[in-house]
Amino acid sequence: MNSVIEVNHLRKTYGSVTAVDDISLQVSAGEIFAIVGPNGAGKTTAVESIMGLRRPDSGEIRVLGLNPQTQGRELKQRIGIQLQQAALPNRLKVWEALDLFATFYGRSLPWEPLLEAWGLTEKRSAQFGKLSGGQKQRLFIALALLNDPEVVFLDELTTGLDPQARHATWDAVLAIRDQGKTVVLVTHFMEEAEELADRLAIIDGGKVVACGTPQALIQELQAGSRVRFTSQNGFDAAVLRPLPGVTQVEQHGRHITVHGRGPLLSHVVTALTAANQNPVDLHVEQANLEDVFLALTGRKIRV
Amino acid sequence: MHTLSKMTFVELKLKLREPISTFFTLVFPLLLLLLFGSIYGNEPTPFLGGRGNVDVSVPGYIAMIIGTLGIIGLPVALAEYRDQGILRRYRATPLSSSSILSAQVVTNLAIALLGMALIVTAAYFVYDLTLPAAPLAVIVAIVFSGVSFLAMGFLLAGLMPTASAAQAVGMAIFFPMLFLSGAGMPQAILPDAMVKVSQFLPLTYVVNLLQDLWVGKSWNVTAVLVLAGMMIAATAVSTRTFRWE
Repeated sequence: MNSVIEVNHLRKTYGSVTAVDDISLQVSAGEIFAIVGPNGAGKTTAVESIMGLRRPDSGEIRVLGLNPQTQGRELKQRIGIQLQQAALPNRLKVWEALDLFATFYGRSLPWEPLLEAWGLTEKRSAQFGKLSGGQKQRLFIALALLNDPEVVFLDELTTGLDPQARHATWDAVLAIRDQGKTVVLVTHFMEEAEELADRLAIIDGGKVVACGTPQALIQELQAGSRVRFTSQNGFDAAVLRPLPGVTQVEQHGRHITVHGRGPLLSHVVTALTAANQNPVDLHVEQANLEDVFLALTGRKIRV
Repeated sequence: MHTLSKMTFVELKLKLREPISTFFTLVFPLLLLLLFGSIYGNEPTPFLGGRGNVDVSVPGYIAMIIGTLGIIGLPVALAEYRDQGILRRYRATPLSSSSILSAQVVTNLAIALLGMALIVTAAYFVYDLTLPAAPLAVIVAIVFSGVSFLAMGFLLAGLMPTASAAQAVGMAIFFPMLFLSGAGMPQAILPDAMVKVSQFLPLTYVVNLLQDLWVGKSWNVTAVLVLAGMMIAATAVSTRTFRWE
């Protein structure tokens, strides 16, 4: 895979505040690359430097082989941008926004199919100020795709959306990748990154603290898994301790948690069946990216 | 060019959808014209140096529109677009910074010119306004003063932290200037002390420049120098203070 974005030792300060300390990353063509981290970690500053909207203090950036600082206008012809904080004039109608933005690009897609694809056909004559949060977000995605970009930047795409709209938006992001575009997704939702990203960089305090596929990062953690269930009367969880791979058994009244590695669930199920226990709520919990973040920084991502 | 004309067209449509924003450019000067015109008419009077009230007032109203443009119209429009994140969104496109700002300038200027055309037309047909002896010189002076006040507008837009601050400060600067400079009413009715104070107000020089040229006098050199100085100083400072977000 050839890389479409290369960032080396990016640094950006505002007065005495270091927003981005030292970030290096590389994004390959056709992947969804997530930049994840808590609010204030420097994600947006980093990605806005990559798009050429901010001037970094130092570091090297190449996007599609272009320097965003000196070739910014050329670059913006080829990328699509959805910003974390942006707006259109309140009285501007949906179709007018697309029609206007189409004139900004040397080459742009017909906008009616985009309206259709993003469920805005009924809202085509609605004013921007009258749209709901989700509709505004979809309009901004449509605008970001208007020039048929090679790389699409989506900054906090689903913040403020209800769960249903969030899941619909996730499908849409996968669809953008499936069109062959590279997607850079900035988010503070670990779940979102885990769900969508082919690869991701976890940013904290202006630095990359981990980078890789979600699976690899979780495996590196070697956190193993947990099996939880509610026992029936008279069950002694001690019988689970000698099972292969079990590292710890916690019993709080009837609530039992078994920690361990390997094919934990099948061993537990076998032992429970032998003990004539048939819990209805038996389930496995895998470590996730939240656990990775916690292990790397000692903090929960949402403080 | 296509982009700029499209943006200007869209911006003009937006202004029409919010007509209240053009009140001080399009309606207020007409109200003043009709109010003072109905009271004083346009008969030549020795009090105004042998000229009629409307003849003296119309160049003042034109100056007033220039003042509105630079002190309220442009800075409030820019500060609103900045506050709301609209400038940010435009910056994320291949548009050059100058195109984004030009669209705002051209739109506000177009509305100002419309306001001037309205006032001259109304004054001509209702009060038999005496048209300028050298119309070309008057037009050049209008553009020159307009550019100088637009520079002022960029300066204010950069200095004001929010759109509501721009609105409040704009009004606070505009109204004293309106009444003291001779733009809103002839300076002949002001006490001498007020006339002295008015020499510190840039709009006074626009009024002087336009009134002189309107009756065929030569270019007021002091006014030209003051307005040119303001243009240069405001441009120099605003390139440092202007903010996109």
